[in-house]
Amino acid sequence: MMTNQMGDVSQMNQAQLLHWIDMVSFAVVEITEYLDSHPKDEEAMKYFNYYAKLRREALCVYGEKYGPLTIDTANPQQYWEWASQPWPWEGGSC
Amino acid sequence: MWNYEKRLQYPVNITRPNAKLAQIIISQYGGPDGEMGASMRYLSQRYSMPFRKVSGILTDIGTEELAHLEMVATIVRQLTKGLSAEELEAAGFAPYYVDHTVGIWPQAAGGIPFNACEFQSKGDAITDLFEDMAAEQKARTTYDNILRLVKDPEVCDPIRFLRQREIVHFQRFGEGLRLVQDELDSRNFYVCNPEFDPGCADGTCDCNCNK
Repeated sequence: MMTNQMGDVSQMNQAQLLHWIDMVSFAVVEITEYLDSHPKDEEAMKYFNYYAKLRREALCVYGEKYGPLTIDTANPQQYWEWASQPWPWEGGSC
Repeated sequence: MWNYEKRLQYPVNITRPNAKLAQIIISQYGGPDGEMGASMRYLSQRYSMPFRKVSGILTDIGTEELAHLEMVATIVRQLTKGLSAEELEAAGFAPYYVDHTVGIWPQAAGGIPFNACEFQSKGDAITDLFEDMAAEQKARTTYDNILRLVKDPEVCDPIRFLRQREIVHFQRFGEGLRLVQDELDSRNFYVCNPEFDPGCADGTCDCNCNK
């Protein structure tokens, strides 16, 4: 099983953290679809739990530092950033 | 219920607009084997699917296809952004431009609008899963064809990702088909419709097709 070779997510810049979220989220999507047809595969469930946790943590850190990628990690204080920051199709960091 | 994630499943960062490429790649947005048809096919088929694991496959792959639809739209957007009417016309994009400017609209490369007839929801588990497997292969072939026409590595990279997903989804639907067949009468998987005819599993169905 892959370890967190990129280090602590709290040390990543925005582009690195988004890349990390893309990677761990892809692992979750891939293993989710696999588990749908292999619901007793314990190794796959370990894999799911490992990457789902990394994904949750990374989404929380991203939401705190750079603005929310999901409504569940939005934490508005002074300005509603969800609809004012760039959208994914605009390129740049996304 | 769905939640949106404000990121692409795989990054798209195209710095060289090219409306000729947009014209062909839009087929994977609203063409006959595009991502819109893929998502609607799986998400529509799942309601009458009598096997929960297969409904799970349809739900999760249908959801991923929405992320692919967004990637394709992003590719088309970035390939047409900032071009003048003259540049669009020179690239052969005038017939699209006149109706949609550079907005995203679901059509095939040849201009045929998206239509629900691009996919089927037959209400028959075996039929639908064969369709789904064929659909993944047809989409893969379309991405193969796109990759023969596109040389810009910034465009090829996300297209290659999308192509790979077609192969994985073919595998997952193949497993779904096997899960359904395991529940049916092994002497004849196709004797009746497991979504409609009770008794399909033990050969006692009353579909009036085998008397």
